[in-house]
Amino acid sequence: MGINPDLVGRIYPAGESYQVGREKIREFAAATKATSPAHYDVESARKLGFNDVVAPPTFAIIVAQRADAQLIADPASGIDFSRVVHADQRFTHHRPIVAGDELLAELYVDQIREMGAGAMITTRAEITTVGGEKIATTVSSLLVRAED
Amino acid sequence: MIAFDTLEKGQVLGTHTVNVNRADLVRYAGASGDFNPIHWNERFAKEVELPSVIAHGMFTMGAVIDLVSTWVGNPGAVIDYQTRFTKPVVVEDPEGTNPSDFEGTTIEVEGKIGALDAQARTARVDLTVSANGTKVLLKCQAVVQL
Repeated sequence: MGINPDLVGRIYPAGESYQVGREKIREFAAATKATSPAHYDVESARKLGFNDVVAPPTFAIIVAQRADAQLIADPASGIDFSRVVHADQRFTHHRPIVAGDELLAELYVDQIREMGAGAMITTRAEITTVGGEKIATTVSSLLVRAED
Repeated sequence: MIAFDTLEKGQVLGTHTVNVNRADLVRYAGASGDFNPIHWNERFAKEVELPSVIAHGMFTMGAVIDLVSTWVGNPGAVIDYQTRFTKPVVVEDPEGTNPSDFEGTTIEVEGKIGALDAQARTARVDLTVSANGTKVLLKCQAVVQL
């Protein structure tokens, strides 16, 4: 089964909020081998003007991929997760994410293109705080490889 | 803090290497929540016609930005960051090695100024990222607010 082209334009509303924890930022920073002290040390982050430790520039992928999971899990999408390859990714930050933020992500299916026997699906997550402040826009393209 | 007026297009900001082994991929899977088995299970990766376990594209993208974050001195200054994932970073698990301290695959990064916007006081840093002599990211660009 291929990807359902009718998904274009679909919007998946934000699910449960994501609470950004100080330890999660430290864990993600360590896992991406980030070395800036502002990811780990509250005092270093405060010296840069943040209230708490600041997330690495790709941290929003956690929230974006949770939103993508709704689409992948949607039986109507026809996406086989084991055949998904990440093709491209963009983060536009309206302000940096810091520990203590409570985030929501609304997912938009922007484009589906056939690529040979597979397909490329482009999604956009609009990430805000629960208070409605714009935090980040992430755009991901996933290549769903066809079965041989 | 970087003085915007001292920057020139084409200026090389530095180089950096990141090593990645299977233990790093397990750690990234846990930290990110991306548990796709192609990033940690060799049998499964081969069954879906990959050469072996491959690194998460987001591991590579996440790791190479450190060059920019440390250059600017503030990771929050990265206001836009994008890339295309063109080639997989294959992470082998040779017999007789300990997956936690095996040096793994070396990712090489070079950053240079790709564009400057004097009005917005932003610099675009273009990252060249390769592993095993092959470019693995394309159009890897970070915009930094100075």
